[in-house]
Amino acid sequence: MKLAVCLKRVPDTTAKIVIGSDGASIDETGVKFVPNPFDEFAIEAAIALKEAAGDGETVVYSLGGDASKETIRTALAMGIDRGVLLQTAGSQDGLEIAKALAAELKDQDFDLILFGKLAVDNYNYQVGPMTAELLGLPCITSLAHLSVADGKVEGEREIEGGMETSTCQLPAVLTCDKGLNTPRLPSLKGIMAAKKKPLEEKPVELGAGTFEVLGLELPPERKAGKIVGEGADAVPELVNLLRNEAKAI
Amino acid sequence: MANKFSGVDFYDMDSLLSEEERAVRDTVRTWVDEQLMPIIGDAYVEGKFPEQLIPQMAELGFYGANLPERYGCAGLNNVSYGLIMQELERGDSGIRSFASVQGALVMYPIHEFGSDEQRDHWLPRLASGEDIGCFGLTEPDYGSNPAGLITTAREDGDGWVLNGTKMWITNGSQASVAIIWAKTGEISDPASIRGFIVPTDTTGFAARDQKGKLSLRASDTSELILEDVRVPASALLPKSSGVKSPLMCLTQARYGIAWGGIGAAMACFEESVSYSQNRIMFDRPIAQTQLQQERLANMLTEITKAQFMTLQLGRLKDAGTMTPFQVSLAKRNNVNMATECAREARRLLGANGILAEYNSMRHMANLESVYTYEGTHDMHTLILGQKITGLSAF
Ligand SMILES: Cc1cc2nc3c(=O)[nH]c(=O)nc-3n(C[C@H](O)[C@H](O)[C@H](O)COP(=O)(O)OP(=O)(O)OC[C@H]3O[C@@H](n4cnc5c(N)ncnc54)[C@H](O)[C@@H]3O)c2cc1C
Repeated sequence: MKLAVCLKRVPDTTAKIVIGSDGASIDETGVKFVPNPFDEFAIEAAIALKEAAGDGETVVYSLGGDASKETIRTALAMGIDRGVLLQTAGSQDGLEIAKALAAELKDQDFDLILFGKLAVDNYNYQVGPMTAELLGLPCITSLAHLSVADGKVEGEREIEGGMETSTCQLPAVLTCDKGLNTPRLPSLKGIMAAKKKPLEEKPVELGAGTFEVLGLELPPERKAGKIVGEGADAVPELVNLLRNEAKAI
Repeated sequence: MANKFSGVDFYDMDSLLSEEERAVRDTVRTWVDEQLMPIIGDAYVEGKFPEQLIPQMAELGFYGANLPERYGCAGLNNVSYGLIMQELERGDSGIRSFASVQGALVMYPIHEFGSDEQRDHWLPRLASGEDIGCFGLTEPDYGSNPAGLITTAREDGDGWVLNGTKMWITNGSQASVAIIWAKTGEISDPASIRGFIVPTDTTGFAARDQKGKLSLRASDTSELILEDVRVPASALLPKSSGVKSPLMCLTQARYGIAWGGIGAAMACFEESVSYSQNRIMFDRPIAQTQLQQERLANMLTEITKAQFMTLQLGRLKDAGTMTPFQVSLAKRNNVNMATECAREARRLLGANGILAEYNSMRHMANLESVYTYEGTHDMHTLILGQKITGLSAF
């Protein structure tokens, strides 16, 4: 099985975000960056599928600057075989990114191309399905369960109030949701091995695109919580406050 | 999802770590968040080492991580190794102790003093957690003065016969193999101390759990009794010679403990910061009081100082120029510092601070063991005193 994983470097979800002076991007100083958590489900799925198949190749692609090499090496440390950095200053336009990925991925005979369902930095849900469209491949999004057999993939996705099961032929594009698996941690040996795995760098030109982020705003600060007591004794007061103060019930 | 620990890094020490060092640290940190933190409080109260963690730690490569890859180890540098110890001790000193003993006190002496056959046989099994080791140096009457030990090894036919009692042995009851230090010559002659690899199922070998511990409760501490324990000639660590051999092992372990102290202190600091911001008393968070702010400022200052000293210690170790005296200074400082942080954190938490649900009192109690083992705080004072003055006061 030949599997591709597309991976984005994003700010750690616990990082304290400061908006940059342009008002439309984040200030990256002192921010810790990590592999997009949803992409980690894709990495785990790819490694597990290759392990189950007994042979094959897993390749991770990331679009970004030099710093994305560290993110790629995290995937290599988890067990992906090799990495490709598509070097660019990046773009906010999902379609331009999908075009660059599709240009790279086409004619490479991947059985599956895996994405996270969204990147936690901009929550666009776009790049996976757009890449599928550009490659003319079927796509199942937001997978919570996945099985591959006889040249077909069967996926389950959580939909409002239930589960949907769908199937498509390989090759296909999948986007992965939480719950699909538990991504493994990079082992210490894996971290050492990652340094020796191939990491190819290819400059890519992104189109200007038509999409632009105009502004970013932090959510209003949450007010401090209130502890009304502990255990069963606290319930009447809690109900009282929910009813009369918060007017939630 | 488990709570994520984000560390304490006031002076951007991360910028002095390599990508690989940070990656190692992050793996251990996440593992501690996900696997250790949810169970450690209960394990501590029950007084049981959480054995289910042994294979997980092996799988991720925590045992003997600074030893070569050819033995199934990760082949990391010593700063990475130290960061592993820091992160484990952020969880619990008992878990760090387990890994310290396995790596620095069992695998290290086999690697350093063992024959090729011994290395090839034991190291991969210890790295994979298939075998668990313990280190028997301390005896009931010889703690701070191990050179005086009275366990004997006598040559007999084509093997050795060991007799004696070892006390306070971490992993003693769990271990499948023990490194036993014994005198092969006169009891008055510390130069005759040699190390032996003794499978714990050998006839005459018994381990007894040390009951009643109020510290390091999630760790196995045992007494070892050796009665006419007969081992083949191949059990002797051929390159071990004299009391300096076990002391070399202790230098390795103490190096890791110096890092570990920082981890425990960070855990207590983090808990203090978050608790003080959430605990409202007199209509404001206790974080908004000068007394608690002083506690927090002191903790952060001491942690930051220890971080840079210990990072440099690691760089010296990687350069091959680190001395045991430098290790003594860091062990002494950092464990004492962590003990102080834990005590202050426990106090800041008020009544909640005495609960196992919070971490600070567990760290506080644990650190009393760490303060005493691997050379008591006092002994490191005397080692430094001797180094400074040229005069031994012990
Ligand atoms: C939880 C735990 C785990 C341990 N694990 C191991 C293990 O795995 N393997 C192992 O071999 N050992 C282990 N030890 C033993 C540990 O290393 C010893 O306890 C330590 O060396 C101190 O020895 P002691 O307890 O006999 O104290 P003592 O040596 O009796 O010291 C008592 C007090 O006297 C002070 N003192 C001693 N000599 C002097 C002096 N000359 N001048 C001034 N003050 C002095 C000490 O600082 C201390 O305050 C462990 C101990 C504990 C508590």
